[in-house]
Amino acid sequence: MEKINVSMKVNGKDENLNVEPRTLLVHALREHLEYTGAHIGCSSSHCGACTVDLNGKSVKSCTIFAPQAEGAEILTVEGIGTPDKLHVIQEMFKEHHGLQCGYCTPGMIMRSYRFLQENPNPTEEEVRFGISGNLCRCTGYQNIVKSIMAAAKKINEEAKVEEKEIA
Amino acid sequence: MIPSAFKFYKPNSIEKAVSIMKDFGDEARVIAGGHSLIPVMKQRLTDIKHLIDLSAIKELKGINISGKSISIGAMTTQVELITNENLFKSAPVIREASLQIADPQVRNLGTIGGNVANGDPANDMPGLMQLLDATYKLSGTNGVREVKAREFYEAAYFTAREDDEILISISFDAPIGGYAYEKQKRKIGDYATAAAGVILNVDKGVCSSASIALTNLSDTPVYCYEAVGLLTGKKIDDNLLSQVTKSCVEQSDPVADQRGPVEFKKYVAGVVINKALKRAFERS
Repeated sequence: MEKINVSMKVNGKDENLNVEPRTLLVHALREHLEYTGAHIGCSSSHCGACTVDLNGKSVKSCTIFAPQAEGAEILTVEGIGTPDKLHVIQEMFKEHHGLQCGYCTPGMIMRSYRFLQENPNPTEEEVRFGISGNLCRCTGYQNIVKSIMAAAKKINEEAKVEEKEIA
Repeated sequence: MIPSAFKFYKPNSIEKAVSIMKDFGDEARVIAGGHSLIPVMKQRLTDIKHLIDLSAIKELKGINISGKSISIGAMTTQVELITNENLFKSAPVIREASLQIADPQVRNLGTIGGNVANGDPANDMPGLMQLLDATYKLSGTNGVREVKAREFYEAAYFTAREDDEILISISFDAPIGGYAYEKQKRKIGDYATAAAGVILNVDKGVCSSASIALTNLSDTPVYCYEAVGLLTGKKIDDNLLSQVTKSCVEQSDPVADQRGPVEFKKYVAGVVINKALKRAFERS
């Protein structure tokens, strides 16, 4: 089958791909662009391990064809922090044991990243509803929720400090 | 899981999309949010050779409210339905039902048009649109026509839509009175074991008008005409609501599947219908 060109911005970098239209976004990211952060868990839009940000919205990259993302801005877990400089959410997952096997973690982090922008002051129940599209097969939800609550607190504290500095 | 190969189209007008559908007949399919279609393509349960992405067609998007009249473009996502404050003011039952569909990521891409046009009896929007007495606008080779949601569904995945037609918008009048959409599901992301939508307009304790529709309790949504007849003009009390619930359950025709045997589903149907009736009454 003939290939088509797809261009998108991934983690701030312009990318051009020549792929079969049936290529799923998660495969485009992992195999063509080598961003292996997004994981393939169930490949049936249930588990959320493949969650990435697409034009500022959380999506499951296993249930979108690459050409549907033409022109989109994509953010994967590689785009929010580095091993030397973790994102606050990553730091909090580390500090509060928000992971066990780690397979669901990139999806959890990417969903949390977007969720905390949608709702910067969530209750624990809102966190649980906000991450209800992400499954943790280790069932480590207690600490995942703790990590996200701690990240919310830290982000808000940092924002307050910044406000003071500006004032 | 990789679907079989297809050719991809992204037309920027309804006319162009319809003409591709006309050229390729049942080998062509439109894709909206893709969250019903892509899983089926991955399992290779369908053979699509030409996939038409509707996302570049601007006129399929958006929510228009003018007085009582509400019109929603087919490509409007569940999240847009949930977050639109004017829609919430005019028809709050839509937010209540949409929040019970799938999960946040799926709601970001899933559309109202895909949900109603697919004809899956497990989808929530078809029952919801029957509840609101919505009208679907379809565009095809022979022009535009309208079909009532209550007359659209023929059997599972069979609808009044012709092969060369695209559902373009959904319209209805803002409902009056109390509302509820009650859904029982095994887990977030699952389809309903049973779900029911109710709208009740009550004047001095007497029901002046009502609407009741059920989801996933037959091979199409179930609109409960008899139960609506039982309610209208009567003084509402628990006894009447029990009779109405019983009538709705009698209209249902669920099949046994992984969500349980028929007896269980009818039991759950009774529970969700009664809850929905009571909540709608409290809000009326």
